[in-house]
Amino acid sequence: MSVPVVEFRNVNKTFGAHKAARNISFSIDNGEFFSILGPSGCGKTTTLRLLAGFEEPDVDGGEVRIHGEVVNQRRPYERKLAMVFQNYALFPHLSVEKNVAFGLERQKVPTGEIGDRVKAALDMVRLDPTTFGSRAPAALSGGQRQRVALARALVLRPTLLLLDEPLGALDLKLRKEMQFELKSLNRRLGITFVYVTHDQEEALTMSDRIAVMDNARVAQLGTPPEIYEQPRTAFVARFIGESNFLDGATAGVGDKGVTYALRPERLDLLAPDSAASGKTQLPAAVKAVVYRGEMLHVRVVLDDGTELVAASRNEGQLRSPVPWKEGARCLAAFSTDDLRRLEAEPA
Amino acid sequence: MNLRLAWLRWSGRRPAVRAWALMAPGAAWLLLFFLLPLLFMFGSSFMPSRLYGGVDIGFTVEHYKRFFDPLYLWILWRTVLYSLACTALCLLAGFPVAYVISRAGSWKNLLVFLVVLPFWTSFIVRTFAIMFLMRDTGVINTVLLAIGLIDEPLALMPSAMAVMVGLVSGFLPFMVLPIYSSLEKLDPSLLEAAEVLGARPAERFTKIILPLSMPGIVAGSLLVFIPALGSFVTADLLGGGKSDMMGNLVQRQFTTAGNWPFGSASSFVMMAMVLMAVFVYLQQRDRAQAMGA
Repeated sequence: MSVPVVEFRNVNKTFGAHKAARNISFSIDNGEFFSILGPSGCGKTTTLRLLAGFEEPDVDGGEVRIHGEVVNQRRPYERKLAMVFQNYALFPHLSVEKNVAFGLERQKVPTGEIGDRVKAALDMVRLDPTTFGSRAPAALSGGQRQRVALARALVLRPTLLLLDEPLGALDLKLRKEMQFELKSLNRRLGITFVYVTHDQEEALTMSDRIAVMDNARVAQLGTPPEIYEQPRTAFVARFIGESNFLDGATAGVGDKGVTYALRPERLDLLAPDSAASGKTQLPAAVKAVVYRGEMLHVRVVLDDGTELVAASRNEGQLRSPVPWKEGARCLAAFSTDDLRRLEAEPA
Repeated sequence: MNLRLAWLRWSGRRPAVRAWALMAPGAAWLLLFFLLPLLFMFGSSFMPSRLYGGVDIGFTVEHYKRFFDPLYLWILWRTVLYSLACTALCLLAGFPVAYVISRAGSWKNLLVFLVVLPFWTSFIVRTFAIMFLMRDTGVINTVLLAIGLIDEPLALMPSAMAVMVGLVSGFLPFMVLPIYSSLEKLDPSLLEAAEVLGARPAERFTKIILPLSMPGIVAGSLLVFIPALGSFVTADLLGGGKSDMMGNLVQRQFTTAGNWPFGSASSFVMMAMVLMAVFVYLQQRDRAQAMGA
């Protein structure tokens, strides 16, 4: 068994009276694209900073290991990792070339080799060295700065690359493009990526595994399908995608007081007089139909007051509109296999 | 009423006229009380002097020539030396202060307030306060004598050192404030980025902090160097006539010596030096702007 690139063992971090990380444990394998996902203030940035070495775990607050070695007290420059910062953190007084060369110069790499490696790194992020090399960061667009920040990190040939919400400042189209490029760099170079984001879609599309964080804890750790299809807590179900919440008694599968999650696309709406289908069928009334382009969301209310959303593919509303009108009666139908029993959240 | 409307309508279509109208009061003030006296001084610096501050009609460069007398060159040299030393000491003492304030979080405003506090009293009063500290019967000597560390008062002043103490304490805030403002703008994540890239503390200082605070350092150095060149109260009160600077020379020519033309010539020599310092500053600033800093 190979040694994980990163390992957190029961890591705790406290700022004054504020617990910023509670018993964080996970390990990341070589070459993995690992995302830390959560809303702002959930502890994801603290976790990344603990890994980078800007913060130290509490005394007796667990271990941070890189390549098997405990690095709790190591300074960032002793950890042989690279990082892309949220606002790029490019040095404004240095040209693009000098920014990229900064790390190599600190390592006393020979000048000739620095020039070659800087060019190669800029090529790798698809920035033409002759056009952009001598420019100041202030003269670049957001997307170009992002690429320079990436080149500055990759030029050091790290085995571990940390990215702190690197695409947050870019517009949607550019963000999609960079998502694809980051993922392909991760695959091509075999570098382990640790990617912090609050964007659930970004995490789902790019990651091999995701750690969902809430309230300074890892709420769930798993592959994107595991996280989406088997959310462990109501927080995870709500934060990643949309979810319906049903009481066990209402769904007819268990005790009252136990909550079950059901994804909107797993809920069908049937005509009130439909025959039994092997699925659970609950009488409901249509509350609203929301047109979302590729999807239709129909909000219904069960007779006990529970509100549910059913999502279905839009088959063309102009040609054959769905029969659901506001106030119409229907049956909300689902397979009990698609229900996910949720655990109570830790206080 | 109609006249006012007519003016508004006419000037509204001529923004340049409006701008001049807005500048007129201030410009007139400067013209009358700054530029005009300056021209008089420049003119008289080339005229023969008469006794008791008078000026004769004529043209002469004798006052500028007289400046090359070793006596005056020595004062000029001392002035430049003191001002440079004062600037260097203010930089050494002021940079760490500015750095700490820029990282002080919620204490920032209070600390900046404390730096500015000395300006609430006049420069002369502050210089007198230093005299009370440093003279033979001053606080320092009294305390040292009382606790038996010394048997007789230390000759702290008048001396060059006392002048330097006065200059530095008088001008230190001018160094701290501009450096603080450039350090405050420095994004802390730049230092973290540098650290991840392998820069040790000393390299983070020389490669990131220093170049990015250079505009503040240059501005602060000018703000200290220029008034230090022109200062005369400090050398007068704390130097006891033994550490005269250009300011003292000029002041004396206009008052006791009554030689206005020579006083004027000395002023212009000094002004030439100030302009040179400003020129260096502007060049530095342009270079910084070209880098996009």
